[in-house]
Amino acid sequence: MVADTRLSTKLWAAANWAVIGFFLLNLLAMIATVVTSSFASRWLGTWFPAGWTIRWYSAAWAEFQLDEVLSVTFQIVFLVVLLSGLIGVPAAYALARREFPGKRLVMLLFLLPLLVPPITFGIPLATVLYRLGLAGQMSGVVLANLVPTVPFVILVMIPFIEQIDTKIEAAARVFGANTFKLFVHVLLPLLMPGILASLLLVLVRTIAMFELTFLTAGPTSQTLVVALYYAVFAAGVRAVQSIDAMAVVYMVTTLIWLVIALRFVNPTQIVGRGGRR
Amino acid sequence: MSAVPDTIPLQQRLAARGVDGLTLLVLPAVLFLLALFVYPFLYGLVLSFNPKSGGALANYTKFFSDSFLYGTIATTLWLALPVTFLTLLFAVPIAFRVRLLQHQRLLTTLLVIPITLGTVLVAQGLLNYLGPQGWFNRTLLTLGLISTPIKLLHNYWGVVISLVITGFPFTFLLTLSYLSGIDPALERAAATLGAGPWQRFKTIMFPLLLPGLAITFCLSFVQAFSVFPSAVLLGAPAGPTRVISIAAYQAAFEEYDYSMASAVAMIMGVVQLGIVVLILSARGLLYRGPAGGGKG
Repeated sequence: MVADTRLSTKLWAAANWAVIGFFLLNLLAMIATVVTSSFASRWLGTWFPAGWTIRWYSAAWAEFQLDEVLSVTFQIVFLVVLLSGLIGVPAAYALARREFPGKRLVMLLFLLPLLVPPITFGIPLATVLYRLGLAGQMSGVVLANLVPTVPFVILVMIPFIEQIDTKIEAAARVFGANTFKLFVHVLLPLLMPGILASLLLVLVRTIAMFELTFLTAGPTSQTLVVALYYAVFAAGVRAVQSIDAMAVVYMVTTLIWLVIALRFVNPTQIVGRGGRR
Repeated sequence: MSAVPDTIPLQQRLAARGVDGLTLLVLPAVLFLLALFVYPFLYGLVLSFNPKSGGALANYTKFFSDSFLYGTIATTLWLALPVTFLTLLFAVPIAFRVRLLQHQRLLTTLLVIPITLGTVLVAQGLLNYLGPQGWFNRTLLTLGLISTPIKLLHNYWGVVISLVITGFPFTFLLTLSYLSGIDPALERAAATLGAGPWQRFKTIMFPLLLPGLAITFCLSFVQAFSVFPSAVLLGAPAGPTRVISIAAYQAAFEEYDYSMASAVAMIMGVVQLGIVVLILSARGLLYRGPAGGGKG
């Protein structure tokens, strides 16, 4: 395109950059406040704290039983990642390779849990899980978290599978491979990048999934984000620096996985909830 | 189906329609979602018509006769609709700007951070940042823009700001991905024919983007409408930001009236669905055709 040099165009561009700059500045300042506060010995009515300390981390660790919360979080997240991969990838393969009656209905079934917000379907789901006696413990939390992650894996994997040449599978069949062997020896290695990407996204989303875990967790099955919510909710009982230290632990846990995930996927894929045609 | 001769085995007839062993791999996922998504919804629907006391419609009449309950719909819409329009209004021009950049990655990565961290962390961050002694008010005071700290927490604005912080990146990244799907050659052709930037936007790019924007609007709205943690932590959950999800939560986990909670959840779903159907049926009137490049 020919570069536009008119003043109005330049002003418009400047205004756009100003908006995005203002947004990012506030976002980063907000995160910086939490980090600064978590290292502050005393911070009242000044620009910066009076002194620095790391004792809030040990305080938060003990107060919120973070070792237990973190171990519960990773057990839940690991199970969710594993199960959504085991259920989702084969389903995505079937949907990518076969046309069958009722396929549109099945696709709709996989789209809905991603489009309906968790709090809307979470309340009836939690009711059912409580009636079954599963809510309040880890199995209930895992089951609830799988509801959006299984369709997510399926919708991310379908385009990955579609781009693999069907001749490769045909060749494997000719040489006598059954579906299981085909999966293990041919498809899995080819699909590894896609599987890795979708499971990393599931991992990040599950660590950050508040609503479903909140509605189904009991005292022993709280994940980090739910424990953080209760800490913020009961603010005033504990020092704000202690809550901020916990918030930093949560941020680090999430962002490490985000950075790893971003090596394999585009940031826009994280918001892609299958809403695109 | 009398035309199908009996001599062809069932397995082959099914295979001809695309159903064979491989297709069955979809079954575990389908059964899982039927059991944990469709069944709870139907269960909730039936449960909502079996109230603790009164006739089948008792929950719904109670909801629509108690202003403390039906008022939550208006409260939530009053939060969700302005935020959705606002984020979309900012996201479109900025997406148009950013799409021309060579290195979008840094910006998109920064913007994905608040979405990934989620509303609970954003709430805790804003409680620090926007407080009367926080950096935001401090900066405005120093610059002389205000004389007393502005109150942005525990009211309507706290929730709006938190919804914008997680909602704007979401809307922006979706808009950007739709925009990148439009073939740049179309715009270049318009420029060759002498169309200025505004004309190109108005007659070429915007109409092509509009169907994508409709979807973006729906997704952003549905997210904002289901706001929960930030309405509790940053808003005034007893008054101005008593959103519908708080009403549903209180019915379920404070009054242990699962029947009423299901009714509220159903009403929440119906309002969301109503707006989405409205937008999508309007989308049906728009241009739908190829906007991408390539052959065919």
